[in-house]
Amino acid sequence: MTRNERKQLRAGIGFTGLWIVGLAAFTAYPVFASLYYSFCDYSILKSPVWCGLENYSQLVHDGLFWKSLRNTLFYAGLSVPLGTVVALGLAVLLNCEMRGKSVYRLLFFMPSIVPIVASSMLWLWIFNGQYGLMNGFLNLFLRPLGLHGPAWLADPAWAKPALIIMSLWSTGNAVVIYLAGLQNVPMELYEAAEIDGASAWQRFVHVTLPTIAPVVTFNAIMALIGAMQIFAQAYIMSEGANGNGNASDGNPARSTLFYTIYLFSTAFQDLRMGYASAMAYILFVITALLTWMAARLTRGHDSG
Amino acid sequence: MTVLLLLCSAAFVAPFIWLVSTSLKPIEQTLTLPISFLPKAYYAELGGRRMEVTVDFQVTQPGAVVRFLTGDDAGKLGFLGAAQMASRPGTFTLVHAVAAGSWHVSQRFDREIGETGPTPLWDVVPRDQVDSHVKFRWANYPRALAALGGDAEADRHRVGFWTFLGNSLTVAVLGVLGTVISNAIVAYGFARLRWRGRDAFFALTLATMMIPFPALMVPLYGVFRTFGLIGTLLPLWLPTWFGSAFNIFLMRQFFRTIPEELSEAARIDGCSEWRIFWRIILPLSTPVLVVAALFHFIFAWNDFLGPLLYLTRKDTYTLAIALESYESQNGGVQWHYLMAASAVTILPVIVLFLLAQKTFIRGIATTGSKN
Repeated sequence: MTRNERKQLRAGIGFTGLWIVGLAAFTAYPVFASLYYSFCDYSILKSPVWCGLENYSQLVHDGLFWKSLRNTLFYAGLSVPLGTVVALGLAVLLNCEMRGKSVYRLLFFMPSIVPIVASSMLWLWIFNGQYGLMNGFLNLFLRPLGLHGPAWLADPAWAKPALIIMSLWSTGNAVVIYLAGLQNVPMELYEAAEIDGASAWQRFVHVTLPTIAPVVTFNAIMALIGAMQIFAQAYIMSEGANGNGNASDGNPARSTLFYTIYLFSTAFQDLRMGYASAMAYILFVITALLTWMAARLTRGHDSG
Repeated sequence: MTVLLLLCSAAFVAPFIWLVSTSLKPIEQTLTLPISFLPKAYYAELGGRRMEVTVDFQVTQPGAVVRFLTGDDAGKLGFLGAAQMASRPGTFTLVHAVAAGSWHVSQRFDREIGETGPTPLWDVVPRDQVDSHVKFRWANYPRALAALGGDAEADRHRVGFWTFLGNSLTVAVLGVLGTVISNAIVAYGFARLRWRGRDAFFALTLATMMIPFPALMVPLYGVFRTFGLIGTLLPLWLPTWFGSAFNIFLMRQFFRTIPEELSEAARIDGCSEWRIFWRIILPLSTPVLVVAALFHFIFAWNDFLGPLLYLTRKDTYTLAIALESYESQNGGVQWHYLMAASAVTILPVIVLFLLAQKTFIRGIATTGSKN
């Protein structure tokens, strides 16, 4: 290294020094410590004791672990595709020439910045089986048929669908991103397609979709990673709707026991931190795989 | 198209209206069917005076208001349906007859659940003698905020809404300062300086963005516990002073668009890198700094898992956690208070968003599409 190179390196490290410390303390150390703990018997009160693969082999036989994984995949598997379709649909609607466009965009976006605790309270009340807005609305149509809306969060079959409906309300983020993507689609492409006699639907499928596909794929996979970590709304609403018991039980009937909720209660209520770390690592690997997929699927479209 | 758009907007706005409407209702109107969006006040004549009443229920069959002569209720007023009257002749005197469809109403006292006071007057009156108009109970708001409070475990002093608001603001403001200052410095190192290992380090930085927070929870808790910081606000804002991958990325992208000639000219004039950063790059970067500040403020204000993990004492609660703990202790009964407190929690982010909409929307649009 020449003197000049050394000087440059010093300057580079000088400016990024804060991040080097932050990365080491708040990311790198936890990543490795977590891996180590996952092979240990560890409650925060005593130092970790090595136990090899025991945590992982226990996990395989842990019914609740599989239940929480299934619940999470069910939630993520429905909320992400539905959310993507809703967001894309709204973005396409908003992309039409019209008055008051920015007002609509504002309305769709606003729910996504509402604090999760507040929106959980709100939806807890909306999904109240007796006096809630959702059943009040549904019963307008169901009562003539002699039916009644479900108890939602208090009904094991409807608790997850309720959380999925709630997630659709906060897709505004994606609407804004997709709208920006749509506005980047060159006008000439549409004009050319129109001259060739393409219908509105054909124009959407053959012009719009291919151009914004990378943006949609990327954001959908990011949403999937987020959905795999669902925590706050389930934690707050399952207790709120089912009264007694513990917020981390995933009531009713463990139908809202999601991965992160089980991880949280294992670590901070049962103080089985080694076991929780093994769960954390599995989540880490799943997320890494998803990210890798995101990178693969969007590669080659960077210029778009 | 427009109809579809209006329907969609209605679906997105309805929850907000429901929130505000519930927050302005008296409790009994949150628990009546069919549901209504309008908070109301009812008035009727009781004991010769016109007063505010609550509508308890609708009488389905004809009957009468009677005064009992025998039994435990001797001397008291009661309501009997026609069939009940026929089955117990001679045990009451008739006060006045009641037609089916009349409303049972009681004097309304503006008091809290569990609070005692005079027994309310009541009567059963024809529906057309009860009138109503829309009335917003703004008093729900101060009461809801007062209800959030409680004793701090440490020395039993009362803590309340203002403490929680202060905590939320502390975490958000110190976090915003940390985010803006630290990430700008670090991003400059990545964007405007050339040094060995820079690109590899930047790639590593990007890779850390996908690490899920729950996967780091246990060791992070351990770190803060070692330093005795559990139960303080520090774990919630201190890390922001050491950079974050997302913001470094965001700012680096922006810094790179500033023409290199500006820096070169300054270097020739003998400016140090720090001076170039401070005097040239930063002043040109206000838009990206504002975006990062806004994003972080919203993140910190809305965060739930972090405070749930680190805050153990009531006097350190942020608004989000105070709201959750109020709900879990009082259950889902006082929906009007719960909605009022939620509305207060939402208000700052909505106001901030409305003030800075353009910056916001532009920020979201760019971060979502640059991948």
